[in-house]
Amino acid sequence: MSPLLSILVRALLALLLMLANGVVLIYMLRKVLGHLHLRIGPNRVGPFGALQTSMDVVKLLTKEDFIPSAADKWLFRLAPYMVFVPSFMAYAALVLGPKAAFSGLDTGLLYVFAVLALVPMGVMMAGWASNSKWSLIGGMRAAAQQISYEVPLLLSVLPIVMTAGSMSLAAIVKSQTGYALGFIPRWNVLSPQIVGFGLFMIAALAELNQTPFDMSEAESELISGFANEYSGMRFGLLFLSEFSNSFIISALAATLFFGGWLVPGIDPASPVMVWLGPAVLLLKTYVGIFVLMWIRGTLPRIRIDQMLALGWKALIPASLVWLMLTGVIVRAVS
Amino acid sequence: MPDVNPVAFVVLAALALGGAVMTVLTRNVVHAAFWLLEVLVATAGLYLVLSAEFIALVQLMVYAGAVSVLVLFVIMLTLRRREDSVRTRDLSWPVAAMSAVLAVAIAYVTRALPVPAPERAAQPDVAAFGHALFTRWVLPFEIASGILLVALVGAVWWAGRGEEL
Amino acid sequence: MRVGLEAFVMLATALFAVGLFGALSKRSAIMVLMSLELMANAVNILLVAASRYVTPATMDGWFFAVFSLVVSAAEIGLGLSLVLALYRKVRTAELDRLDTLKG
Repeated sequence: MSPLLSILVRALLALLLMLANGVVLIYMLRKVLGHLHLRIGPNRVGPFGALQTSMDVVKLLTKEDFIPSAADKWLFRLAPYMVFVPSFMAYAALVLGPKAAFSGLDTGLLYVFAVLALVPMGVMMAGWASNSKWSLIGGMRAAAQQISYEVPLLLSVLPIVMTAGSMSLAAIVKSQTGYALGFIPRWNVLSPQIVGFGLFMIAALAELNQTPFDMSEAESELISGFANEYSGMRFGLLFLSEFSNSFIISALAATLFFGGWLVPGIDPASPVMVWLGPAVLLLKTYVGIFVLMWIRGTLPRIRIDQMLALGWKALIPASLVWLMLTGVIVRAVS
Repeated sequence: MPDVNPVAFVVLAALALGGAVMTVLTRNVVHAAFWLLEVLVATAGLYLVLSAEFIALVQLMVYAGAVSVLVLFVIMLTLRRREDSVRTRDLSWPVAAMSAVLAVAIAYVTRALPVPAPERAAQPDVAAFGHALFTRWVLPFEIASGILLVALVGAVWWAGRGEEL
Repeated sequence: MRVGLEAFVMLATALFAVGLFGALSKRSAIMVLMSLELMANAVNILLVAASRYVTPATMDGWFFAVFSLVVSAAEIGLGLSLVLALYRKVRTAELDRLDTLKG
């Protein structure tokens, strides 16, 4: 297969994965939040409401596409793509199985964070272009939050890079094979790196604008923050990107801390892992997303200044200290 | 190292140069900031074409992800009304002539530089980059960290002061 | 056809000239800072290209580019906070209104 065709096929598969994720995750969110709130959630469209999201997509596609008359037309049109495309690009680094990866990136981990760093610009573009004070405030808050928490997110992951010796996600998964004491898998979450996992989860919650850190889209205050003036498929793209980001971060957490596609008990080189690996990774990712939704339905949100203070004054020093400790440990052990 | 793809180079160079020209020619300050973002992302693409993966990712993270947001924040904080974002074009023919003369002079002086033969060297990887960063280039690294610290403290102090300056 | 170092030199020169034009002719302080970023970016392109063509094994240009990037980021951070402090004092970011020292 010519390289160009292979690239197109892989990009198409990634797009399909992203869209399928979006559909499933939105339904899952509504059901999970519903049951946490002691109600049922969607249950009319299709069996158990399973077709709800597909019908929602049809609804979004058939809505009138209008642009507020005083909005900045070019930026208004461009902003959903500025938020969608980096999220789509991040799929390229995911390692789904021993032979299933969209690309063999040597610096896969850094690539994901570099690409996710472009999202705050899209958010600010959407907030500014809407010509509405609420959108602008929401956009600036969201962007400030996301750029502040990029630093502890990256710092909390660096100890993993140190212990694995590579930034490539495939190599990090490979470093988690084997067992300690004969039966405990060498997953990073079962080693001292669980501290890094805690830091990563807090930073990831803030990076994704999820409760308890969702001040910028506080539905009871700013309606939908920077996406206030967006309707139809433009809003659909913004919404989809948000869920896609949470999938990316959860898949990253599964790969970095929970052994990725590894299954304890099955040899990673055996042929059954070729199809079992991606399934296991998706399972781990969805469990992680379920935990994120669980937190979303349970905790209250904190104020924006408390959140920024937490990021700059608590998380960054903690990540730095953990990074230095890990460096000392790695050096002492080797 | 893989050869530089001519098609990719031409496309990315056009994007970078076009974006730069639009940055200085547009009347809307917010648009100029977004054109700058486009130039920075096109430059990251050029680094990828030059097989400098790590530099491309650092460029995306630092320039496109952080510096652009900073510029946009300050623009929005110093605009008194939304309409103030559209301003005069601020062109100056003498400056344009001077820049053009400078560009032509540089191009003329460098046209006779001996271009070395293409090397078929192996592509250095990120591990080698990191190793050299902490052995051969450790002094500039520490000085750069010091510069960043000074700039950080200075910026926070400067922007944090109230009305008295 | 082969893309050589000359192409990158011309591109970097053109970008630098555009940035210089912006830095010297704009009245808004933020536009000047953005043009300075364009110039620093052009220099970085030249450094990375030169490293790839001249010294690919020792990556000299890459290190220069990384440090230049760091210093430019620090410079623009400081410059933007200066603009903010200035705006607080005189309520304007226009460079031609800052003439209280004028003769």
